[in-house]
Amino acid sequence: MTLLKTHIGRRAFIKNTSLASGGLVLGFSFLNSCKPEQAEKMAVREMPKEWFEINGYLKIGDNGLVTIMSPNPEIGQNVKTSMPMIVADELEIDWKDVIVEQAPLNTNLYSWQVAGGSRSISSSWQSLRMAGATARQMLKQAAATAWQVPVEEIRAVEGVLTHEASGKSAGYGEMASAAAKEAVPEEINLKDRSDFSIIGTSRKNVDGLKIVTGQPLFGIDVQREGMLIATVAHPPAFGMQLKSLDAEAAKKMPGIRDVFSITLFDDDFKRSAFHHTAFNTLVAVVGESTWEVMQAKKALNIEWEKAPSASIGMTMFGNDMEVNYPAGLENTTTHREQMEALNAKKGRVVRKDGNPEAAFKNAAKVIERSYTCPFLAHNTMEPMNFFAHVTEDHAELLGPTQTPEWMEPAIAELLGLPLEKIDINMTRQGGGFGRRLYGHFMIEAAAISQKAKAPVKLVYSREDDMSQGTYRPSYYATYRAALDADNNLTALHVKTGGIPESPLFANRFPAGALDNYLAEDWTIESNITTGAFRAPRSNFIAGAEQSFLDEVAEAAGKDPIEMRLELLKKAQENPVGENNDYDAERYAGVLELVKDKSNWNASPTGMHRGVSAYFCHNSYVAQVLDIAMENNEPVVQKVTTAIDCGIVINPDAARNLAEGGVVDGIGHAMYSAITFKDGAPEQTNFDKYRLIRHSEAPKEIETHFVDNGIDPTGLGEPPFPPIMGALANALYKATGRRHYHQPFITDRPPIVG
Amino acid sequence: MANYTLNINGKSREVDVDPSTPMLWVLRDHVKLVGTKYGCGIAQCGACTIHLDDNAVRSCQLPVSAVGDKKITTIEGLSEHGDHPVQQAWLEVDVPQCGYCQAGQIMSASALLKNNSNPTDSEIDTAMDGNICRCGTYTRIKKAIKTAAGNLS
Ligand code: FES
Ligand code: FES
Repeated sequence: MTLLKTHIGRRAFIKNTSLASGGLVLGFSFLNSCKPEQAEKMAVREMPKEWFEINGYLKIGDNGLVTIMSPNPEIGQNVKTSMPMIVADELEIDWKDVIVEQAPLNTNLYSWQVAGGSRSISSSWQSLRMAGATARQMLKQAAATAWQVPVEEIRAVEGVLTHEASGKSAGYGEMASAAAKEAVPEEINLKDRSDFSIIGTSRKNVDGLKIVTGQPLFGIDVQREGMLIATVAHPPAFGMQLKSLDAEAAKKMPGIRDVFSITLFDDDFKRSAFHHTAFNTLVAVVGESTWEVMQAKKALNIEWEKAPSASIGMTMFGNDMEVNYPAGLENTTTHREQMEALNAKKGRVVRKDGNPEAAFKNAAKVIERSYTCPFLAHNTMEPMNFFAHVTEDHAELLGPTQTPEWMEPAIAELLGLPLEKIDINMTRQGGGFGRRLYGHFMIEAAAISQKAKAPVKLVYSREDDMSQGTYRPSYYATYRAALDADNNLTALHVKTGGIPESPLFANRFPAGALDNYLAEDWTIESNITTGAFRAPRSNFIAGAEQSFLDEVAEAAGKDPIEMRLELLKKAQENPVGENNDYDAERYAGVLELVKDKSNWNASPTGMHRGVSAYFCHNSYVAQVLDIAMENNEPVVQKVTTAIDCGIVINPDAARNLAEGGVVDGIGHAMYSAITFKDGAPEQTNFDKYRLIRHSEAPKEIETHFVDNGIDPTGLGEPPFPPIMGALANALYKATGRRHYHQPFITDRPPIVG
Repeated sequence: MANYTLNINGKSREVDVDPSTPMLWVLRDHVKLVGTKYGCGIAQCGACTIHLDDNAVRSCQLPVSAVGDKKITTIEGLSEHGDHPVQQAWLEVDVPQCGYCQAGQIMSASALLKNNSNPTDSEIDTAMDGNICRCGTYTRIKKAIKTAAGNLS
């Protein structure tokens, strides 16, 4: 057992004096409360008459049902199931007695209510366990007092408290009222890993039934009495802004209530990086139904003009920065030329070990390859949307956001209301992938509601969503390797950059495994806005690096897994440099596991295999991808994934997420791109923007986890980046072509192998 | 504006909307059945799939004026208690990630199985290729369709 002081999330344990009263239809989304018949049908248990709040994470009903609050945004990573599982395990409750509710934004009770950086579980691991463990202890204490026996002699198992010697026992429901009045223990014992009964067992998605029966769950499903629908028009190209608006025709269209322009930020407001948007002034169309506002938008008479260059001060996790947006209408062809030109020059040296120049001069063989990738749109299946109801002295916001806490100050500033007058609630979210970290649409909804003096749901069309910006940046990288006469890798040089950021992680593998190493980078400013996209930067550089290492292994006549393991052995036993930010042993661990599980040394006939491994978000992933040629076309048959993300909370759901990462990675490397002509994206819907489809997904995906008992690290992002390398490497084996430029579907490299 | 009497999930519903309004928005905004989802509006993603007389159609491309007295079934009407074999298979395989595309996937899959109770992999691909899942649950969807087919036979 681990004895812990209960200081983490301490505020969450300060009890609410007004105990929640009974009779609530808990466990059913607030959206459902307008449909009592359906809610009743889905109810499997009678609701308690009274709930007793034990702490900010849970309350216990008088009949033993427990409501557990899931603090973080649910974007498909399944935290709404896995976070409560952690609380429930420490509480010692039967999972079937648990009702899960999405918690509102509450910075007093919870910390890191963010879906970002694959950190939901790792950031809250201890506070979730403590919430359950302190409640368990308070229940035991209540029983000890009632039965006049020592608390140490009381056992709590699956919602039942027992005292063996006296033969007394009681359900949690019977002790809930007394437990709620107990003092919060100063110190608490957490369970040993071997005693976990819920963590590490597969539990179904708590929203599963609602999803498959089409119940309202998502932001776009919000319905309210008197609610209007709004849509916004933004400039048709980056580098443009609103000049004038003639709304007369649109205002006369059926169902239209109002048309006006809104401005989100004053120049002097200190924005955070998560507030940024390319278009600060927009035109809003407000009406009675979605179809009507979409039609009226087409009737708007708007004049757009070229925008001047701008420089905006922002903060990013406390660091001030200045972001420059040059004037002009940008083009993909020019971007490529700019990147090539800059990459031919000396970059900013980020890390240098040994004497790479000499190593290259003395090399028997030098390999040099360049890689690129395009901008991508996140394209969450549910387009951006948000509900806002702003009155004189209050604002209610409800919808899909990955960063409610970080958006709240911007909304307060816009509306001129103090933070405590703003309530933000989260719905289930139809995908995130980083897109909903940037909540300009929440500010837009608030601005529209304030101006329209009505509750409003803002809904983006797919075209609005795909042309708004916040894209995955476009990147470029050149790798060079030096081999000596014995085919030893003597030096590696990476030079990389992008628009508008560099994807370099200079201290990741293979840094640390090489005596001579040089990492340089550069950036190009742009007025096209970009944002974090599942595993930012890694989502390009992993594929480039892992494809390159495949070529190095081939040139050296080595097995690609063995060559990586050799390098990792060096990094483990005799690391070069100080700042290597990976654990070589865990890195090697996933490669060993994937080698074993994929039967690497006995490749099935007709199968062309590629391997890749990468570290990001504190987790390690290795993948083997198998391709077979069918009618002369490469078809992905199977992917075997090995993951070290520490303790896995909900294994089947974790496999689902890892499978998604694989499909997502293959899809984006293979098919997707946003390109620009005169500042306008050339793809604005799924007719031109290609996403992976059923027939293109691997036929089989197998996922294995390293069982090492380490506290959980990240899982949402790590399985995504490396698969792009495994894909390129397998494609080469299958077709003889090395792909360097994503999307591979439009890349026509020569046959070289 | 025009009045329409529609047969939705076995019930008669009246709406007063512009004749060009796609069924997707009639369902979502006027009938308040929001299980049918908007994804693209141009018949490219399948999120809005419903059944029109047992055939899977994209409701974003179906103007209300074209429905007539054909039967409309939405995800809410596929079964009364979520116990349609396809819904059950979805739960058993625990298919969803974000869940947003799944109503459309289920409507396409249930229409497929109605016409072909034991589809091959390539028949599944053909029937399902119009339904995008951005989260990448394709392998689970295929498994769930096969599970449902097994339970049906
Ligand atoms: S919304 Fe109808 S197919 Fe995409
Ligand atoms: S589950 Fe998220 S789009 Fe399919």
